[in-house]
Amino acid sequence: MVLIEIRWHGRGGQGVVTGSNLLARASIIEGNYAQHFPEFGPERAGAPVRSYTRISDEPIDIHCGIYEPDIVVIIDPVMSKTPEDYAYGLKKGGDLVLNLSPDNSEKVAKWARENGYRLHVVDARKISLEETGGREIYNVPMLSALLRVKKLASLETLEKVLAERFSGKVLEMNLKLSRRCYEEVKTIVG
Amino acid sequence: MSAKKIVEPVIKGQFTYKDLPIAAMIPVPATSLEYKTGVWRTRQPKIDYGKCIKCLLCWVFCPDAAIKRLEDDSVNVDYEYCKGCGVCETVCPVKAISMEEV
Amino acid sequence: MARQAQERIAIMGDEAIALAVKQSNVDVIAAYPITPQTIIVERLSEYVANGELDAAFIQAESEHSALSICVGASLAGARVFTSTASQGLALMHEIVYATSSMRVPMVMAIANRSLNAPLNIHCEHGDVMPERDSGWVHLFATNVQEAYDLTFIAFKLSEHPDVQLPVSVNLDAFILTHSVEPLTPISDEDASKFLPPRQPLYSIDFDSPATFGTMALPDTYMEFKYQLKEAAEKAGQVYPEVAGEYARISGRRYWYFNSYMADDADAVVLVLGSTYGTLKVAARRLREGGLKVGVVGLTMFRPFPEKQLVELLKNAKSLIVMDRAYSYGGLGGPLYMEVLAMLYRNGLRIPVMNVVYGLGGRDFRLDEAEAVLKIALDGARRGRFDEHVRWWGVRA
Repeated sequence: MVLIEIRWHGRGGQGVVTGSNLLARASIIEGNYAQHFPEFGPERAGAPVRSYTRISDEPIDIHCGIYEPDIVVIIDPVMSKTPEDYAYGLKKGGDLVLNLSPDNSEKVAKWARENGYRLHVVDARKISLEETGGREIYNVPMLSALLRVKKLASLETLEKVLAERFSGKVLEMNLKLSRRCYEEVKTIVG
Repeated sequence: MSAKKIVEPVIKGQFTYKDLPIAAMIPVPATSLEYKTGVWRTRQPKIDYGKCIKCLLCWVFCPDAAIKRLEDDSVNVDYEYCKGCGVCETVCPVKAISMEEV
Repeated sequence: MARQAQERIAIMGDEAIALAVKQSNVDVIAAYPITPQTIIVERLSEYVANGELDAAFIQAESEHSALSICVGASLAGARVFTSTASQGLALMHEIVYATSSMRVPMVMAIANRSLNAPLNIHCEHGDVMPERDSGWVHLFATNVQEAYDLTFIAFKLSEHPDVQLPVSVNLDAFILTHSVEPLTPISDEDASKFLPPRQPLYSIDFDSPATFGTMALPDTYMEFKYQLKEAAEKAGQVYPEVAGEYARISGRRYWYFNSYMADDADAVVLVLGSTYGTLKVAARRLREGGLKVGVVGLTMFRPFPEKQLVELLKNAKSLIVMDRAYSYGGLGGPLYMEVLAMLYRNGLRIPVMNVVYGLGGRDFRLDEAEAVLKIALDGARRGRFDEHVRWWGVRA
């Protein structure tokens, strides 16, 4: 049994829960077993929030939080600058996916190397600002980057899941962003 | 199920839980016909037909529908159900009804 | 949205319940929104608004009214569903008893959430426990698939001529209500076959008037309550037949409980709800190390499956009962007290301990599940536990 545990970090309002939710849906569509669950507290925009995804080739019985994830995804660009605050419990050799410019990731890369983590970055903030004329949409773009580096599901499946969830302009925007992030994500520490 | 069949065992105290309708529902109408409430009476109305003007006020006001209206609008008392409350005596405008000891 | 049978979809627990209710062809849904069941009634109202479900959706002004509306609708012959949690269920309390005592079939999903105070929206079974003695059938799901399947079984059981009782389907707040998991739905055709239009045994009928909810005085009251007792026990007797019929269309067989290697286990842990899965994973690990542990997750809490549990536990050397609720000032959690009584009156003198855990949604981790199983094993080896009740992880 292969079990991959992913913990998502971001801020209330950024769609952390939706990102994790869509990953589980994409994974199940591709024939895997998956589980997504949010961590709800007092729901305040801007406060750090977490969400969880499990993916496996066998039915998933476990129903508790993820404390030693294989992958940590931080979708907020400011939180991405200090991943040491959020990567607690990340397994040695685990993957970090950050919303960070590859040109500006030296400090984080050094820290990741020292801790034995693999590091993948994409400047989802810049891409979103460019493509949407000023909006900051991070969850679907970061999910797309994650799918690329960890091959958890195909871009086509993600697009199918997005089409189930969104429509019209929002769908268009998310498709555009996810395609660019899928192309532009870079593995800094392999 | 007839009203009699439901009510009789309860009145007689000869039943088990299986004999009672489900959940205290009353599955047929007018089961109260089986309760002869006339036995509650300590006084009973007597009609003086010489004074009665057939106004039917007693028939309207009787809370137990124990005043029977006949073809010619005269009335009589159904003593099986009359509880002897005396409302008919009170409403009669010509004092044609009087309550007497049973 | 006609789905192909046996196709696996991704769905949230609340959505899965709504889908099952839709496929059950309900006639009336009356509810009042409360976290974390809100999504159930939101989806149902969408189904009705979109014309996908031909039912009356009534948003009541309170849960008390919602359940009252359901009682009236069910007495009129409708197939009825409602859903609530926590304070909402507490506000229904009076009508909860009227529903079972008036023998009104319906299904209610309960998204088990803690009761005030302090204010908390997370998982606990303390909301349904006050309804334990009401005569309702209480079923507990351990995952999203079970929440979906048990909803169909609940309708069938509720409307069974020998039962005629309301049934609750309990699912853990957030852990199941807001989790996305894979689900293999049954087809609409199979659903309709399993649940044809309701044939009420009795209902409000203007051509044949009847009186419902009458008064009963001391001369008959106990007999009516005895009818309720018999019906509640009957629900347990016909449950395998109903679950068996569901197994034939779905391929998924339900029993009074889920059990993992409990038959030959020295130490068994008994629990309600989603924690069963976590314990099962922990038990699998310990079994790999040769430790004889087993886990039981009760699916049916009311009526209590005494005979079947005694049969399952008769060779166990120790037992830990886990409660996500507590009887303050009592001997322990409600499940623990029930099991103690069951063991005593069946002559099973095995050491038992109560672990009270996860109140207000406190997470119960895999390593903690392993620890509880090891404590159970230790109790089996020593033939005793050192304490009756442990509040797991509390900073005392």
